Amino acid sequence: MIGRPSPWFDLVRHVTLLAGAAVMLAPFVWMTVTSFKPPHEIFAAELTLLPRQWHAYENYREAFTKVPMLRYLLNGAIVTSAIFALQVLVAVPCAYALAKLDFRGRGLIFAMVLLGILIPSHVPAIPLYIMLWQVKLLNTYAALVIPFVISVFGIFLMRQFFKTVPDELIQAARLDGLSEFAIVWRIMVPAAMPAVISFGIFSVVAHWNDYFWPLLVINSRELAPPPLGVAYFRNEEAGHDYGPLMAGAVIIIAPLVLAFLAAQRRFIEGMTMTGLKG
Amino acid sequence: MADTTRADTLERSRGRLRRQQALTAAGLAGPATFLLFLLLLGPTTAVVALSFTDWQFGAKSLNLIGLGNYAEMFGDRVFWRSLRNTLVYVAITVPTSVLLGLGFALLIEARSSAQGFYRTVYFLPVTATLIAMAVVWEFLFHPNIGLVNLLLGLVGIRGGHWLNNPATALYALAAIGVWQSLGFNVVLFLAGLKSVPRDLYDAAAVDGADSAWERFRRVTWPMLGPTLMFVLVIMAIRSFQVFDTVAVLTSGGPNKSTEVLLYTMYTEGFTYFRSGYASAITVVFLAFVLTLTLLQARILDRRVHYT
Repeated sequence: MIGRPSPWFDLVRHVTLLAGAAVMLAPFVWMTVTSFKPPHEIFAAELTLLPRQWHAYENYREAFTKVPMLRYLLNGAIVTSAIFALQVLVAVPCAYALAKLDFRGRGLIFAMVLLGILIPSHVPAIPLYIMLWQVKLLNTYAALVIPFVISVFGIFLMRQFFKTVPDELIQAARLDGLSEFAIVWRIMVPAAMPAVISFGIFSVVAHWNDYFWPLLVINSRELAPPPLGVAYFRNEEAGHDYGPLMAGAVIIIAPLVLAFLAAQRRFIEGMTMTGLKG
Repeated sequence: MADTTRADTLERSRGRLRRQQALTAAGLAGPATFLLFLLLLGPTTAVVALSFTDWQFGAKSLNLIGLGNYAEMFGDRVFWRSLRNTLVYVAITVPTSVLLGLGFALLIEARSSAQGFYRTVYFLPVTATLIAMAVVWEFLFHPNIGLVNLLLGLVGIRGGHWLNNPATALYALAAIGVWQSLGFNVVLFLAGLKSVPRDLYDAAAVDGADSAWERFRRVTWPMLGPTLMFVLVIMAIRSFQVFDTVAVLTSGGPNKSTEVLLYTMYTEGFTYFRSGYASAITVVFLAFVLTLTLLQARILDRRVHYT
């Protein structure tokens, strides 16, 4: 909005926005300072920001040793990267066919993709659980990955992007003797890199943070992704000692928060462009 | 004559090309289509089918019981409690986070200073792992040593045990929900505001709209209509799926005061393993989400015709 410059308005604007920002940041700040404090300072119920006696080393050591924190992070990395790689492998060729090839059944497949977008991920959970149980894959990495290898949203997003790639580019590649598969991976994907990255951010954030599905299919610590790990940690620790628990929370949220701070525009793009899929 | 042969060859090669394209298309789209059925559309159909049976997970046999599960569900007080709690949760979080999101976005957009800083800060909770932040919020809500009650103590208010009190637990969870999703709305509204053409403000000024409120009422608000509808429905759908905070902080309690639809589905299906009954709850959940989505499609359609 365009308005006449008014120092009063500027002041009100900053005061209001800073008050809001303080509320948004408070949990992060309180979590971090608590992760530096010894138990007696935490339980003293005082409003002090910095610890009098630093206990950071002890808290973080406990977070890393009392529960297999590194294992949780590793599980998160393995699962999210496997999901994203397979999603791309499955969705990209399909998106290309839907965008650039003329074949019978194209409209039908696209209609089903749109139908799939409407279905929240919780809905197929019970039958998927039964299927994984029947093939004896419950409580494995495969159980965490398989249900998500198909991303209808990924297909939709990539199709929209591929539509904007000029046909001449594809014709030229065909004249050069490239196969359709080669066109997909060597022409289309590089041309659609921004969309691939946005989708990657969406996918990794969604699955790094997912709690519902791991809660259903995983019951051993060795396979727990970060959210499940933090829930285990909380069940053991809550009420006793908040220092290590807050240290654990800092460790779990750090990768995504740091990545967000490093690449804000891309993150916001990836997470809002794909905001359709709740 | 030479012409017809050439036309023939052309026709034949075109036919071959088409067949080849069909084959290529099948190779490219086939795996995705197969997986789409296997992992999404098939299981969704199966949930509907299961909801008409009495199957318990692991049981050797199952019976078709028609609408039996639905009859049981509609006669069950826990289900109604769960549905009501879910709707109350949606009714609190959606207007609060949408209105606050709009307000903060308007303030951020009003001047150019520190826009990036505010956007980053407000968006931060959206990226942070909700389960980890839920554990942090539980600590913030701690009755004696939590930040919330310590701050309330400064102004002389004795805060209670927010998450352990049936009268406040659902509101505490809603507060976490608003905190977590607010930044998402701010960013969507910022994008909406950026797309309002500048010259509309100039035109409005010529028409005598010179107060900020008049500019907002005559230009910003109508132009923001589609964004507002979009944000409302997206928020409603997301809020309807509330699960993480309930599962880790309250387990639906105390006294079922935070029992919500997905959590009821989870306990019935994966604690008691009553797959048929849990499927019926899932179908109700799906019906609500689909209704919201179709509502959005209709409203957006009408908006498009307006503008």
